[in-house]
Amino acid sequence: MAALVPPPPPPDPQFVLRGTRSAVNALCFCEGSQALERPLLFSGSQSGLVHIWSLQTQRAIAVLDGHGSQSVIWVQTLPQGQQLLSQGRDLQLCLWDLAEGRNAIVDSIRLESVGFCRSSILAGGQQRWTLAVPGKGSDEVQILEMPSKTSVCTLKPEADAKPGMPMCLGLWQLSPQANSSPRPLLLVGYEDGSVVLWDISERKVCSHIACHEEPVMGLDFDSQKARGVSGSAGKELVVWSVDGPQSLQVCGTHKLTNPGIADVAIRPDHKILATAGWDCRIRVFHWRTMKALAVLAFHSASVNCVAFATNGLLAAGSKDQRISVWSLYSRP
Amino acid sequence: MDPAPSAVRLSVQEAIHTLSSSEDAGHILTTLGSVRRYLGEAEDPALAGEKKEFATVHFSAFLRCLISKLSQEWLELSPDGQLEQLWESFFLEGPADQAFLVLMEGVEGSAGPSFRLMRMAQLLATFLSKGRMAALMEEQCRPQMKAGFPLLQETLLSKVVGLPDHLGNRLQRDNLAQFFPQNYFPVLGKEILQALQVVVNSLRGGLDCSVSFVSRVLGKVCIQGRQKEILSVLVPQLTVLTQDSGLWQRVCWRLAEQVPDQAMEAVLTGFVEVASGPEVLSRLLGNLVVKNKKAQFVMTQKFLFLQYRLTTPMLKSLLGYLAMDSQRRPLLIQALKELLETWGSSSSVRHAPLAQQRYISTAILICLVHLGEPELQDIRDELLAGMMEGVKCHLDSSLTPVRHLGMIVAEVISSRIHPEGPPLKFQYEDSELSREMLALVAPAPEGDCSSEEGGPPLAPAVTKAPAEMSVHGGVSSAQPPGSDSELDSDDEFIPYDMSGDTELKSSKAPLYIRDCMEALAVSEDVQRWEAALQALEGLVYRNPESTREVSVELVKILLHLEDRTSLARFGALRQRALVAVTVTDPARVAEYLTSQFYALNYSLQQRMDILDVLTLSAQELSRPGRLRRPSQHDSPGSGSQCSPTQAVSQPGSATAPNWRVVVEERIKSKTRRFSKGLPQRELSSSPNEFSSVAGHFFFPLTRHFDRPVVTFDLLGDDQLVLGRLTHTLGSLMYLAVNTTVAVPMGKALMEFIWVLRFHADTYVRRGLLSAVSSVLLSVPAERLLGDLPDELLEARSWLADPMSSLHALGTHPGTACMEHASSCVARPVLSCGSHAAADVAEKDADDGCRELAVKALLLLERIRGRLLPSS
Repeated sequence: MAALVPPPPPPDPQFVLRGTRSAVNALCFCEGSQALERPLLFSGSQSGLVHIWSLQTQRAIAVLDGHGSQSVIWVQTLPQGQQLLSQGRDLQLCLWDLAEGRNAIVDSIRLESVGFCRSSILAGGQQRWTLAVPGKGSDEVQILEMPSKTSVCTLKPEADAKPGMPMCLGLWQLSPQANSSPRPLLLVGYEDGSVVLWDISERKVCSHIACHEEPVMGLDFDSQKARGVSGSAGKELVVWSVDGPQSLQVCGTHKLTNPGIADVAIRPDHKILATAGWDCRIRVFHWRTMKALAVLAFHSASVNCVAFATNGLLAAGSKDQRISVWSLYSRP
Repeated sequence: MDPAPSAVRLSVQEAIHTLSSSEDAGHILTTLGSVRRYLGEAEDPALAGEKKEFATVHFSAFLRCLISKLSQEWLELSPDGQLEQLWESFFLEGPADQAFLVLMEGVEGSAGPSFRLMRMAQLLATFLSKGRMAALMEEQCRPQMKAGFPLLQETLLSKVVGLPDHLGNRLQRDNLAQFFPQNYFPVLGKEILQALQVVVNSLRGGLDCSVSFVSRVLGKVCIQGRQKEILSVLVPQLTVLTQDSGLWQRVCWRLAEQVPDQAMEAVLTGFVEVASGPEVLSRLLGNLVVKNKKAQFVMTQKFLFLQYRLTTPMLKSLLGYLAMDSQRRPLLIQALKELLETWGSSSSVRHAPLAQQRYISTAILICLVHLGEPELQDIRDELLAGMMEGVKCHLDSSLTPVRHLGMIVAEVISSRIHPEGPPLKFQYEDSELSREMLALVAPAPEGDCSSEEGGPPLAPAVTKAPAEMSVHGGVSSAQPPGSDSELDSDDEFIPYDMSGDTELKSSKAPLYIRDCMEALAVSEDVQRWEAALQALEGLVYRNPESTREVSVELVKILLHLEDRTSLARFGALRQRALVAVTVTDPARVAEYLTSQFYALNYSLQQRMDILDVLTLSAQELSRPGRLRRPSQHDSPGSGSQCSPTQAVSQPGSATAPNWRVVVEERIKSKTRRFSKGLPQRELSSSPNEFSSVAGHFFFPLTRHFDRPVVTFDLLGDDQLVLGRLTHTLGSLMYLAVNTTVAVPMGKALMEFIWVLRFHADTYVRRGLLSAVSSVLLSVPAERLLGDLPDELLEARSWLADPMSSLHALGTHPGTACMEHASSCVARPVLSCGSHAAADVAEKDADDGCRELAVKALLLLERIRGRLLPSS
């Protein structure tokens, strides 16, 4: 019966943020308690600037310039304080202090990798948090203990594996009740199209699947369902799960119309999934069934990043210098 | 004369005498009582011989006497109603046939409404309700030895069947509801069942019976067109009764066989219409079709070839009936052969109405379903020959449904006669017609029919939602059921429209018209070529100046463009681009296109493309207020979806209108208006741009149609293009409304129509008729009369029956128009074709043509009504 009703036309964005004056490479919603009274969105752009957008006034309230006009490829807020991490192509990873209207670099880490791999953090409620960054060797990933910046280990694939450069990282840990001591795990998407699960404490590869033909461009993981999704430069989106003793298994492959996924993001309530496509379109899927829900054709150049806010808002940044903000299937 | 009058005769004579003279109630009652002994119901019944004598000889006379005495006073002689009761009992208990005849005689003999008539009618109603009619018929089923019996039966028959008419005539408005035909015949049906039940019982008892009287009743009722009333009672009951009784079946068969020949068709029509399927028909009729020549003719010829009114289920039960018995099967094969012959005859394809062609095709498909593999192999060569012949004629037809019928039937036949060979496959759209036809052959039929091969592989593909197709099964099954604590229903995740999700093209669309032309003409880069084609329409509308510089060249390129890459919307894109150029530079391009229409070395498709482009451009040019939003025009051939390259080159253009609507609505809802003024948006008036160039579009097209060139003969084989041409000219005429050029155009068009009016092809005729309507609509009425009255009259006499048109003209004498008219009509008809074909509105074989002719006539009437409002 429902099939007879013509599907509704694709929605329009809730609003559009303009003014970065260069391609938007990274997005992050402000998390934590202060997000409630002052919802913010951070964007990193090609020109090396980080914009702080107020979602209430829909204007940029501050611009952070710390990467010497080199492209910013990753921005991430820290849960505990008003702190922001930004990773730039100038090989600096900066930690910004934003509390009380300040915007100063309080710390920075010198990166060794010249690739485009975005870093990843794992922060519990505590003061200490873990950071994964692309390492010195072209195929290495370095794990740092923060804020002390002590190197925990370097994860280097075995000599004969040759997966190429790491392209995207995802830190997570098994839930404490499953295992008495939290074991941080790292998912890495490599250049050869494989996704690898590393056990950080044992510094070894737990599992390895070669699920893409092309380099993996983005991955996200749903620790609640122990399922993740990765997108590559190719035409397919692969859903995999971590079964039993930390082994990866492909659950399904979803063919796309046009090749190239720059980023994937699962909504914090684990209900829908959004992908940023090189074909200028944002695609939305039902996360449990992987049913395609919407194709949002708003941008006129490739979409570089997507991000979800805790309240369900979706933001997408594109090479056309615009950030579109969408409200889809918002929770009642 | 009689030497010794019998006791019965004496007592009856005495009773009649008493009745006629006595006024004493007691005397009358005793007299009646004594006569009643002879009916056998009284306490001391008379001897059997006496009873018989009374029944055969004296009963009618006695009843007549009773009728003659009937009056209110006479009945009131005995106040307790005893006399009335006794009086009635004679009619209800005596022999039913005589009682019925006497009653009917009495009814017919009475002059007008009276107490006696009403009383008799009531008695007749009681007679019916007491089941005496069944007794009457049952009596007639017994073997009879009496002389004059056939005559009696004939009379009875006509009275039984004609009862509603007789009573209706006599009683007029006082008629009782029981005697209305819609009530009487179902009752008669029930009575027939009762009579048959008695027949069956007596057959069981070893007695001989004949149902011929019942058959004749049935036949006569059916001839009167009351099949539905009587058979809808009879057939369902018989269906049940014959289910497990062989005797009932035999009685039924006999019943059908005894139907007189002249009534056979009516009865069989009723049976086929009411029976619920071939099994029922087979049980009720048996092998009637083999035994009875008339029945065979009706079932295998009349129903199939001379009529086409049976619905598909009826046709199914008819042909199923033929297929159900080995004796009848040769008839089915014969029928299939003849059907195929008719199907394949080019004259029937050309002249038979579409509904009949569809009927015959349906019948062929049903036959094919019923025939098994070996039987088909036997007549394979004939089938093949018939099919080849038929496909050719059907594909030649210019009517799409006829072509589809040809394709579907051919596909099915070929798949049945060559089940293992490569299937014949035509391309046709999925329509209601094709779905219905294919549904006939799709399900595997039960019974002895070919179940080894469940129909040809033609079942229409079930369309699945794209979203469901693309999800691979593993995803949802990987999640063990129940682990998902919060069972999120999918109801809140209704997918949005994803039709815009198409593949992107990598190359950039050209930005200048000349680049586009170059890409289209010489580019080897397929993607560039595609992008150029997709961008062209928008470019032309944005750059009218530069388009005008190269318009003819561009049209030349587009006209010769071939679909090199199987681009999905190639046809639409090319057409829209052509229309865009034509609209931008109408005069020159139209001149070029019309000259190319009659030029050498074009394919028929290209010529038809020219016509389409001219029509669409004219439509666009004549659209009022088209300059306001030149890029958002809509043409019939274009897909409504916005192409992806356009969306890329103009950010946000695809979604902009939606926003605007939302914004406007918001403003509207927030704004309070104190008064409703003028409507907000007025259509700005602007001149019809088609006006100045209509001649360039129209006249060159009418110029050369009768001059065949080597590859193009409009009056010969290429009638499809001629049909398109007539439609195009009609459209151009219609679009030229309110222009000065309309009058000469109308004149030229009427001449064109006149030459072709008896064309054999339906599509061409349809085009001509719609062109007549366009002329009537576009040319102002005054000018119609002033400038082309002759053409008008000729058209009229072509459209309508010559007699009726004369009559219509004669009703308005004295006006200038009509004087002119009569002088014209008196003239011999110019270039007379066949007078037989002169009235399209009534005699054309094609429904569409008739409808168009009637429309044109109505328009003519309206124009006349407008010119002569006073008369």
